[in-house]
Amino acid sequence: MSSNPTNGGEALVRSLEMQGVDVMFGLPGGAILPVYDSIIESSIRHVLVRHEQGAGHMAEGYAHATGRPGVAMVTSGPAATNIVTPLCDAYLDSVPMVCITGQVPLAAIGTDAFQECDTTGITMAVTKHNFLVTDAQDIPRIIHEAFHIATTGRPGPVLVDIPKDIVDPANPRSKMSWYEPTDADMELPGYAPLTAGDPALIGEAAKLIASAERPVLYVGGGVLKARAAEALLELAELLQIPVVTTLMARGAFPDRHELCLGMPGMHGNYTAVTAMQQADLLVSLGARFDDRVTGKLDGFAPDAKIIHVDIDPAELGKVRQYNVGIQGDCRLVIEELITATRALGADAQAERTQWRSMVSGWQEKFPLVYQDSAPGDRLKPQFVIEQLRDNNPADTILASGVGQHQMYASQYWKFDHPYTWINSGGLGTMGFSIPAAIGAKAGMPDRRVWAVDGDGCFQMTAQELVTATVENIPIKVALLNNSYLGMVRQWQEMFYDERFSEVHLSDTCPDYVKWAEAMGCEAIRVESPEEVAPAIAKANEINDRSVVIEFRTDARENVFPMVPSGKTNSEILVDPSQQGLLS
Amino acid sequence: MSERWRTIVTTVENKPGVLARVASLFSRRGYNIHSLAVAPASDERFSRITFTVDVEGTPLDQVVKQLNKLINVVEIHELDPDQSVERELMLVTVRSDGRRRELMEIVEEFQAFVLNEGEECVMLSWSARPVRLDELEQRLRPFGIVELQRTGRVALPSLDR
Ligand SMILES: Cc1ncc(C[n+]2csc(CCOP(=O)(O)OP(=O)(O)O)c2C)c(N)n1
Ligand SMILES: [Mg+2]
Repeated sequence: MSSNPTNGGEALVRSLEMQGVDVMFGLPGGAILPVYDSIIESSIRHVLVRHEQGAGHMAEGYAHATGRPGVAMVTSGPAATNIVTPLCDAYLDSVPMVCITGQVPLAAIGTDAFQECDTTGITMAVTKHNFLVTDAQDIPRIIHEAFHIATTGRPGPVLVDIPKDIVDPANPRSKMSWYEPTDADMELPGYAPLTAGDPALIGEAAKLIASAERPVLYVGGGVLKARAAEALLELAELLQIPVVTTLMARGAFPDRHELCLGMPGMHGNYTAVTAMQQADLLVSLGARFDDRVTGKLDGFAPDAKIIHVDIDPAELGKVRQYNVGIQGDCRLVIEELITATRALGADAQAERTQWRSMVSGWQEKFPLVYQDSAPGDRLKPQFVIEQLRDNNPADTILASGVGQHQMYASQYWKFDHPYTWINSGGLGTMGFSIPAAIGAKAGMPDRRVWAVDGDGCFQMTAQELVTATVENIPIKVALLNNSYLGMVRQWQEMFYDERFSEVHLSDTCPDYVKWAEAMGCEAIRVESPEEVAPAIAKANEINDRSVVIEFRTDARENVFPMVPSGKTNSEILVDPSQQGLLS
Repeated sequence: MSERWRTIVTTVENKPGVLARVASLFSRRGYNIHSLAVAPASDERFSRITFTVDVEGTPLDQVVKQLNKLINVVEIHELDPDQSVERELMLVTVRSDGRRRELMEIVEEFQAFVLNEGEECVMLSWSARPVRLDELEQRLRPFGIVELQRTGRVALPSLDR
């Protein structure tokens, strides 16, 4: 767009351009029509989705992969309600995202007009903030504020609801005189996130760490949001302290590093879970003591003191009382911790040889294991993930759905780079992976992007593969088809006396190969172990369209280790073949 | 003042929907509001919301921090009951039939106001500390309370001497 905007619709598009938006995801409709007229001339690439939920998850995937805020735009009413799930997903996983929704004209608001819904009311509890714009003149400022709020402090989704009349050039209410909004124009008297940690507290934390004999760095998604992976590596190596990375933080610390213990929590590996449980100090960096990590809270890490670092002060002490609580950006605080630790000198650190040998003892005794499939049996899902891992470069971006396949992916992939793992941790949204993978690929076109999906998840959002085909955003999908809502099946087997209720999908329907082909994808069905690697190799050679590999996997397989819901982490169940080794 | 209730005073932007955000936060996080009073502040761009919360089962620190995360909340204070002045207003209609004199003695004792008189009822108003309102309410109960409305407390920090 060249000349200056004179109406709200043009001003909205110009405002997005000024934020550096290169791609946005959306689908038009009545209330947002005038804006769609303006984007014809825009430099922004618009990806036309098949369902608004897809637009939201694509914006999230884009944000996860690039670190830049994802943008989605949809119309009013049903479109706005369709995007509520991704908003909630982004809210729980602190994903920076700006969502524009159309709204009925100002005068019609409150009259139950066609496709009217109270979008700001509905999304209040699932956004960091939302706006209803009532004056075209405010659009540049509010868009600036929306991006500012979405990307600073604890990131999150921000929604901007825009009535049709103020963006419609045919309506006098849309008239405005353009200005370039700056930070000084923002009217946010109640918003000033702190980023630097209190030096006195950082000093205290450094001393507490130095005196700890059994410390663990408990790393959460906040470390990735703060772009703090490098600083973390330096801190861990300086202190020689083991690191666990939560489901949201996989890749924040290299899995292949000798200090890395991998993922803790309900399906974490034995060593990560047990090291936290036995620790005398947990240094929580951008993590939030989620119930999937702590297990039964009053039995969690009973002897551990807590250093809790988070940019959101409300996280400090929300779940577990801390000994030192530091509000601040993880990168800045970790850098200051490094300085403070150096100042203490190497001699200040407690003796930890015994702790390290305890930890490596657990690693040796309780590695992740599974039994190979018997000849003629269906594939083991763990084997499929291992093959994927071994036949793709380390910087491959992996986006996952929700269920057993998600846990296998997190457990068996080796994440050695930050921002290579994209998943729905807090909300656990089935159907996340395909749109998230498309969003990631749109933001990182030169990277290889695989979606690991379950058959249940696939059936929720597969239609976005049409988007991928038509918009030429080729991704690869590893569909682990066990014919079941596997994770729920596992719970019914283990905790409901094998009374299976509504978890069997179907062994024959749909035909995933035909379905994928109908959506313009290359499709491969794999049934035996020997076919796995060649199929992956073939998929990796195809770059002009998406590829779906349907792996027929064993429905009887359960995810281990597992801390059953309501139990403490000390009651962890390991793979049945290892259970006898537990003392 | 009982330890169970704590008073929080917030300054919020005077914009549509801000009260809904506060209320939504309380319900979503399971916090229990005991009383709530809202009105524009002296600076019209802002409003004051004063509320008392049940601190049994609701960590006060979390209430304050979560409220602070609302973008439209500009300032937030917890008022120490020993260092603040609290007031609440009550309007009450009481049956007076046959016991008018007795009722008027109580009105006098508390220095309440008679706002309106009917054949069988009297309407009173009184503003005082919430605990004192409780006392008056107790004393009026035997007469028969027809209708009663309290505003919820408002508070300001005490002045330094
Ligand atoms: C939208 C949504 N609905 C329901 C659930 C509950 N749930 C969690 S995992 C799961 C099964 C997922 O099945 P599938 O995609 O086949 O993955 P699998 O566990 O078999 O690997 C279900 C139903 C959910 N997380 N999200
Ligand atoms: Mg399945």
